[in-house]
Amino acid sequence: MSSLPSASHHRSAFRRKVEAQSRKECQVPWPRSLPGRRLSPRKPQLPGKKDLFIEADLMSPLDRIANVSILKQHDVDKLYKVEYKSIISTSDQIRTVTWICGVVNADKAAGKFRRYKIIFAPQKFYACETVLEEKGVFGNVSMDEWAFHLLPLDDDIISLELPEFFRDNYLAGDLRWVRTAGSALHLLQSIYGPFSKVYGIGRCSKMAYESWKEQAKEEEQNNQNSEIGNVFLLDRDVDLVTPMCSQVVYEGLVDDIFRIKCGCVEFGPDVSSSDNSIKVMLNSQDKVFNEIRNEHFSNVFSFLSQKARNLQVAYDKRRGMDIKQMKTFVSEELKGLKQEHRLLSLHISASESIMKKKTKQDFQELLKTEHSLLEGFEIRECISFIEVHINRQVSMTESLRLLCLLSLTENGLLPKEYRSLKTQFLQSYGVEHLLTFANLKQLGLFVEQQQGETLAVMENKVGKLVNDKTAGKLTDAFSSLARKNNFRALSRKLNLVPKSNDEYDLHLPKDMAYVFSGAYIPLSCKLIEQVLERDGWAGLEEVAKLLNGNEFAVSGKNRANNEAQRVIVVMFLGGCTFSEISALRFLGKERVSLVDAPSDTEAPFEEEKISQSSEVTGAILAYHIRPYLDDMRITSN
Amino acid sequence: MMKSRSDEEEYWNASKFQAFTFDDEDDELRESKLAFESLAQLPDGDDRDHVEEVSWSGEPVGSISRSVREAAAAAGQGTEGEVACSGRADLEKVNSGYSLSSLFKGRKVGGVAAPLDGSGRAVAPEIRRPRSEKEDLLGDWSPEDAVSKMRQGKTVPLERFRRLRDKLVLLDASVDARDGNVITAVLIFLKKSLSKEVLFGELASRPTALRHLVAYLSESGDHALLAELYRALGRDEDAAVSPTGCAAEYALRSKSGTPPGLCVVVSPRRQLLRYKEHLNVTDEKEKRDFLKSCLSLQFSAEDQVHLRDQVSLLERQMLLEATDRQAEAEIFRRFPRRASVLHVPLVTTLYYCCFYHYGQPEGNLSSPQNLRNSFKISEKQFFVTALSARAKQKSWSDVDALFAGRSWLGFTRKKSPLAFRVVVDILHRSSAPVHVLQEYVALVEDGQVRMALAQKHKCHDLVINAYRDLKDRRLLLGYRGKVEAGSAAERKIDELLDNSQIRWKN
Repeated sequence: MSSLPSASHHRSAFRRKVEAQSRKECQVPWPRSLPGRRLSPRKPQLPGKKDLFIEADLMSPLDRIANVSILKQHDVDKLYKVEYKSIISTSDQIRTVTWICGVVNADKAAGKFRRYKIIFAPQKFYACETVLEEKGVFGNVSMDEWAFHLLPLDDDIISLELPEFFRDNYLAGDLRWVRTAGSALHLLQSIYGPFSKVYGIGRCSKMAYESWKEQAKEEEQNNQNSEIGNVFLLDRDVDLVTPMCSQVVYEGLVDDIFRIKCGCVEFGPDVSSSDNSIKVMLNSQDKVFNEIRNEHFSNVFSFLSQKARNLQVAYDKRRGMDIKQMKTFVSEELKGLKQEHRLLSLHISASESIMKKKTKQDFQELLKTEHSLLEGFEIRECISFIEVHINRQVSMTESLRLLCLLSLTENGLLPKEYRSLKTQFLQSYGVEHLLTFANLKQLGLFVEQQQGETLAVMENKVGKLVNDKTAGKLTDAFSSLARKNNFRALSRKLNLVPKSNDEYDLHLPKDMAYVFSGAYIPLSCKLIEQVLERDGWAGLEEVAKLLNGNEFAVSGKNRANNEAQRVIVVMFLGGCTFSEISALRFLGKERVSLVDAPSDTEAPFEEEKISQSSEVTGAILAYHIRPYLDDMRITSN
Repeated sequence: MMKSRSDEEEYWNASKFQAFTFDDEDDELRESKLAFESLAQLPDGDDRDHVEEVSWSGEPVGSISRSVREAAAAAGQGTEGEVACSGRADLEKVNSGYSLSSLFKGRKVGGVAAPLDGSGRAVAPEIRRPRSEKEDLLGDWSPEDAVSKMRQGKTVPLERFRRLRDKLVLLDASVDARDGNVITAVLIFLKKSLSKEVLFGELASRPTALRHLVAYLSESGDHALLAELYRALGRDEDAAVSPTGCAAEYALRSKSGTPPGLCVVVSPRRQLLRYKEHLNVTDEKEKRDFLKSCLSLQFSAEDQVHLRDQVSLLERQMLLEATDRQAEAEIFRRFPRRASVLHVPLVTTLYYCCFYHYGQPEGNLSSPQNLRNSFKISEKQFFVTALSARAKQKSWSDVDALFAGRSWLGFTRKKSPLAFRVVVDILHRSSAPVHVLQEYVALVEDGQVRMALAQKHKCHDLVINAYRDLKDRRLLLGYRGKVEAGSAAERKIDELLDNSQIRWKN
């Protein structure tokens, strides 16, 4: 009997793994063009009754594609969620396997004979086999891989469902997901046909691209029609500023407050207006949500009340109907109206709840501080605001976010400020967060200015007075010294912060900045826009250099037709936020209106397909910021 | 994951390097197979009917997460609805419940609990019983070939790479292939087949591989080896494990590392690894002793201070806890303690002391002032905490005293290290009465903010006086509608409106 590590060594939220066989036919509705394509059909392999153990992380994705009745058809008897409870929360495949080994060995010792099957999703790792071997259960357990690469969450969102991507790749420097990302691209290509062009920036993107190329080489190229024009790969650490900003579009706010996980959100009793919380799917099927998801929050209320008035009018139509009309009304319209009614009341209470929570904590001041930081304006006041935020022990994640935003935009802090803020944070939230700070430092999220950098900052300031060209040159010289963030220089070159003197009309957004109240265009999205516009990196050399290089643009053999050319897949390696998705949707609309000739009235509107690797559910869709900061908290490697 | 025949053969043949066999294990397997086959099918457990319905929220009643909750609840696994798997105790619980006892109640089938397909292969073939009787048909595999096979998920016998040079080529090839899974697999092999000194020495110049080993060791919980690794890397450790190091792959890094004990500048990695273990200690005395032992590690001067503070804070908390647990003072009856003060952050402790021990002489260890001095709490921090604590208790006189300051003319003026806007917010949260709030709203510097706050908190006097000073009759009239009928504020407005002395501008 093998000894299990003590409880405290265990961590919650597991790496994905399903114990026991689930022979499910995974029918996944694909976005638009290929509905109902089978992603990974499984053949029955373990006949008979079985219990299915599902790792916590895998629950939501599985819920999306199968339900209990399907599993029942396959003799799955009972379902369990595997979850360790402890202070530290990270996901580890190894720990799960170790736990399974304990179970197997306990059964062995008790003289029970069972069959075990571990299904690794999306990939089996050699290290896990080593654990099985070391624990002496290799051979007692059969293994399988469930190449669960892409989960369509919406018409335009595909996710890899790997919340641990960011931590593993950027914090631990473990390249285990590179191949997974490559496989996802490979799968995408095998379904939608060859891409005509691939752009990207970042070390991980480059590696994922190479891995994909290699996998594609191994297989015969099929000459099917292309349905995707371009692919853009982006490392999350190319733009860490955007995920540090508070979200103000509806979907982003819902995520910030209620957490959207795998396209689903759980509303508490205050929203559901009943005793229980309810789980709701949030996607384009929800007609009300679909219209407000990308809206700035200030527009949401007026939209909802307009909607309510329309609904009233529709209901009122009943008056003066004769029996026959009434019958038609009941059979054809009433159901839809009632559905809309329900959705409307749900989103109204969600909005109220958001308002209540946000007004409670001085949200306006918080936004003002963020905007000042992005603009590089009144930094002293910003620091003072952050201090009070920490002193009052307001939300720790928010405090961390502010600290990181400060450090990222200021290119590191002066040693004195760094120390003072760190000390205050430790006093407010606990000294054990020394570990958190070690992680943040490693990621470059919260750092002290190095001497060279201090100089660079000086140069920046001087540069502002002289001219941008010299400043750029000087900064370049320093950027070779160390990996660092050159947010200010980037912001100037890419015009990320619109001039603050003119009012920004949030009802009629003129650019992607609307997702941050007109104060900031997400760096990631601006970069994508620029590269697509120029069809490559020409003219963006300096920008790429400031982003630590590793940019690429490769043309494929096949040229896609015009239709497909408009479909662009953006893959965020390490997750993305809802604000970024909204911004990209905006960009998609803009581009279409630019590309389409006015005569082409039939042109179907193709928005950009967005696929995220990693936290997408994670990050795009769920814990957008949290995966970054929560993961960094305490856990240190 | 079907394997080709030739792969299969290559695999078995490769195992000839294996010196011993697992015959015993195999016998055991055969026995298990027999036993398994003779098993009668167990009666079904409580098969529950899951009626497929959809609640209006859209969540199908038969959804997986729901079913999990139900299954767990049925198994009596707590209200959370999860099968807790933390540690031994819980594992036994799982065993005693029906959860595991009904695991794989499989029908009799031909197969045994052996790998059902080729995927059950390991990197290192010693797991399998070598069939060395077969001829070695294996050609000369280069390390690169091995890596490319492994990338396809195939099992490769790495034991054939016995020369250090080959091992390193293998490692470098895996790093070049950029597949973390393979890198880790190779590292596991190297860890088994190389001495630590040699392995660590080689890793010092290979940051990517190094980070993978660090990740693997921390994930598999091998902290002892990890600590050794850090020690061997000496002061290079931080640089070596940093992302910059990886990006550049400094080929020329000195391979020797600094011998332990000679490092003057010690980076925190190794120390943090050990320090992190304190999170697993729940007993306060053990924790204190553990933290004290961490003090001897060479943390940076700055972190050393934090650590020392952590120890003395815990000691202070133990002291507080010991005396306050049985405390009979009136304050403890009026506001019973809801939780222990142990293990909470410094600021929370300060709040606690401001709440229960306010006004005690500074020499007293539980007095807030004493805490402030011992831990060098900033003025602003102390002020915020004291303000919240006293406001919570509604001791407005204490609140008032916090602002006491004397100007050079001898008048008392309220002074605050905080913006009065924030002060008002804190007081409002403690539901301070209007007459208290009003005093501080009046001190808000910005006129617009002041008016907004005054209206929000119904400080009528402030609003009315402001409108009077503006001589704005219309605004005043409008405000009359907002105050309660028959209130003093309404009377005041009426008086002002009737006052013929005022020359209204509208």
